[in-house]
Amino acid sequence: MSDWQVKYKSTVKDRGARGILKLREGMLLFVPNDPNSDSKLKVLTPNIKSQKYTKEGSNKPPWLNLTNKQARSHIFEFENYQDMHACRALITKALAKCEEEPNKPAAVLTSAEQLSIADLELRFKVLRENSELQRLHKEFVETKVLTEDEFWATRKKLLGKDSIRKSKQQVGLKSMMVSGIKPSTDGRTNRVTFNLTSEIIFQIFAEKPAVRQAFINYVPSKMTEKDFWTKYFRAEYLYSTKNTAVAAAEAAEDEELAVFLKPDEILAQEARQKIRRVDPTLDMEADQGDDYTHLMDHGIQRDGTMDVVEPQNGQFRRSLLQDLNRHAAVVLEGRNIDVDSEDTRSVAEALARVKQVSKADGETTKDANQERLARMSRVAEMEDLQAPQNFPLAPLSIKDPRDYFESQQGNVVNEPRGAGTLKRNVHEAYGSLKESILEIRTKGLSDPLIKPEVAFEVFRSLTQTISTAKNIIGKNPRESFLDRLPKSTRDEVLHHWTSIQELLKHFWSSYPITTTYLHTKAGKLKDAMSNSYSQLEAMKESVQSELRHQLSLLVRPMQQALDAAFQHYDADLQRRAAKSARGSAGEANGHWNYNKGVIIV
Amino acid sequence: MASVASKLYSDDVSLLVLLLDTNPLFWDTTSTTFSQFLSHVLAFLNAVLGLNQLNQVVVIATGYSSCDYVYDSSLTSNVSSESRGARMPALFGSLLEKLEDFIGRDAELAEGDEHVDRIASSLLSGSLSMALCYIQRVFRSGHLHPQPRILCLQGSPDGPEQYVAVMNSIFSAQRLMVPIDSCYIGTQNSAFLQQASYITGGVHHAPKQLDGLFQFLTTIFATDLHTRGFVQLPKPVGVDFRASCFCHKKTIDMGYVCSVCLSIFCEHHKKCSTCGSVFGQSKLDAANASSSVNDRKRRAPDS
Repeated sequence: MSDWQVKYKSTVKDRGARGILKLREGMLLFVPNDPNSDSKLKVLTPNIKSQKYTKEGSNKPPWLNLTNKQARSHIFEFENYQDMHACRALITKALAKCEEEPNKPAAVLTSAEQLSIADLELRFKVLRENSELQRLHKEFVETKVLTEDEFWATRKKLLGKDSIRKSKQQVGLKSMMVSGIKPSTDGRTNRVTFNLTSEIIFQIFAEKPAVRQAFINYVPSKMTEKDFWTKYFRAEYLYSTKNTAVAAAEAAEDEELAVFLKPDEILAQEARQKIRRVDPTLDMEADQGDDYTHLMDHGIQRDGTMDVVEPQNGQFRRSLLQDLNRHAAVVLEGRNIDVDSEDTRSVAEALARVKQVSKADGETTKDANQERLARMSRVAEMEDLQAPQNFPLAPLSIKDPRDYFESQQGNVVNEPRGAGTLKRNVHEAYGSLKESILEIRTKGLSDPLIKPEVAFEVFRSLTQTISTAKNIIGKNPRESFLDRLPKSTRDEVLHHWTSIQELLKHFWSSYPITTTYLHTKAGKLKDAMSNSYSQLEAMKESVQSELRHQLSLLVRPMQQALDAAFQHYDADLQRRAAKSARGSAGEANGHWNYNKGVIIV
Repeated sequence: MASVASKLYSDDVSLLVLLLDTNPLFWDTTSTTFSQFLSHVLAFLNAVLGLNQLNQVVVIATGYSSCDYVYDSSLTSNVSSESRGARMPALFGSLLEKLEDFIGRDAELAEGDEHVDRIASSLLSGSLSMALCYIQRVFRSGHLHPQPRILCLQGSPDGPEQYVAVMNSIFSAQRLMVPIDSCYIGTQNSAFLQQASYITGGVHHAPKQLDGLFQFLTTIFATDLHTRGFVQLPKPVGVDFRASCFCHKKTIDMGYVCSVCLSIFCEHHKKCSTCGSVFGQSKLDAANASSSVNDRKRRAPDS
């Protein structure tokens, strides 16, 4: 029942209009009993910010006060408290539903790809950081010349780099033996508390494959995880108390506990296998030191105390050396599973799987064994007992450096002049040269050496050359022409350069045109490019006359590129028109589909 | 004495190496005679020597088929023994003598040379190399030495067969930080000289009127390296950077470049003739054809 008889007041003091309050999908409607009054109200549920109500115990009438986002309050007086509470509950439910919805529309976006919010945010961030890119984006994507996807298609590197930064660093294993941290003991209540985190669980499973196997076997079939860990830690406690007699006794009673107290069978087996696989000539992958469960040690316990134990309970003790070595081996192997979850069982299974895989790889087939034996025999040969080997020799070829110099002289191509005439010329020329020298020796330096008018002329022309060069190149040879332009023109030129490059990139990539999409794209790009062209022309007009020549030189390559693009576009269009004309003319007999296709294109 | 010398060594002491073009085929064709040209040049050398007591001048004659040192102002045996007429300053007596001898030798070499189908260019590469060797010797003589520069007075056109050698000399000059100034008095454009001045940081100028040559020389080319920081010298607006191909020695604008040694070819080759690297997939063909290619390349000078 979502209709109630209420009195609607806009403020507390208001007398209130009687009417019906209806709660519908997404909104609240109040229809007054008196059709003439204009206190009809429609409130959308998303707009309701909060609701207040009067308490039952108080002397106040049952009021419900709704405040909307514009801070207007609507007060409804109900007939009784039950109604009010019902209404309040419904409104609360509606509000709760409204909270979820705003999140959903944001995730649903247009465009063929399903872009996530993260991607969009990334794009906005990149745009914000690079104002040049932002300007290009505004110019092209907002005027619908290019679509978002096309714009970002060539800039994947910019987007990708950020996401790579976000990827997590792979964390290695701690070198501290967390699995063996001493528990906290409470002397008063005689309780020993072990702390267990997922890191510790991982370490325990990695270092003690027997425990892992036991977990997979026993949980959840035989006992719960909590029980499992309790038993495990009981075993640990027994170890730490060094009370091997008690350990033996408990092991005899409780078979699960015995698993934890025995030496690790799986580990021992692995070590044996590794040793068998070792190639004595080559590999130092494993040696007898790897079998650290059977190492002779000094009997030193974890906390440094010495240990004397009866021989029949020898299997119930464990030493520091074994633990340390196992821990070190696991740390060196590293974290080789990606399972990140808190679920203990999945961690155990993942580790077991990895071990299976590595065991399968390590298993040697017969062939592999044969190969290994053959290789061993080959490597074990002794060099000086072998027969002499005659390797085939390749001849040495050293190039004569004169080849290089002589090749530079060769192949000179010229029209051969008449040899005879040239020789005569040469002879004559030398003769005249000798005469000149004789002349100067007798005559001496000419006086005056240079006429004053000529000298003056030289000065004038030189000054002119230098000053014009200065105008063209600028006072400072390092200063470029761009710096002499006014700032707005300079920015405009640079912006045109980047935008024309962008347009040309997309234009040339859309050829050869095979679909209508590409066709429209090419058309749009061509329009944008003609726009740019006219803008360049306008800019050339607008600049001062002394800079105009240099500016047009600067702008010319852009215009040439645009011209080439226009030419290609027009040529392509003509070619298509010719083809379609030919196609429709030639295939007049019954190729309906082909004609239809041509017309569309 | 050494301390006195060091006090006298100011910033503007210069060693000028002048490369004089004595190509008879060129001088035959110009309106200015060689004697007029020489008088301008000798007066210029005098002026340079007068600028600073410690200035030095070396003149290398660039002939048609050979080059040689003709004058060194640091030598004491410059005063000519014979004084045929007191008109000629005694300082240059030996220069003229040596120049005459050099031209005589050059003429003999030219007559013996059968290889006459060549553009009438002078041996710029040879004289540049000689200049650089002299400068290197000066560098090694001690830490007190004048600042060397090279002035190239050229009128003959470029010989594209000298492209590689000239470029090598230019890069050596760049390494030694020796600027190559060039004054081109011929009719066509010289790409080599423009590139040389551009790359080494020298000044290039091509004066149009040769009767004012002395004025050009003293205004532009007499300034030493230190003063060039304050003086505005004419800069060319553009430089002709065309190269000549390594196979035919033609000047080309577009060609093929070997990616290993950067040698330029005008047509497609299977193998680079400079470094021997093979182009493209035709390795097997190249192995077979390399012997024939080498034979082909070696024919010309021996014939």
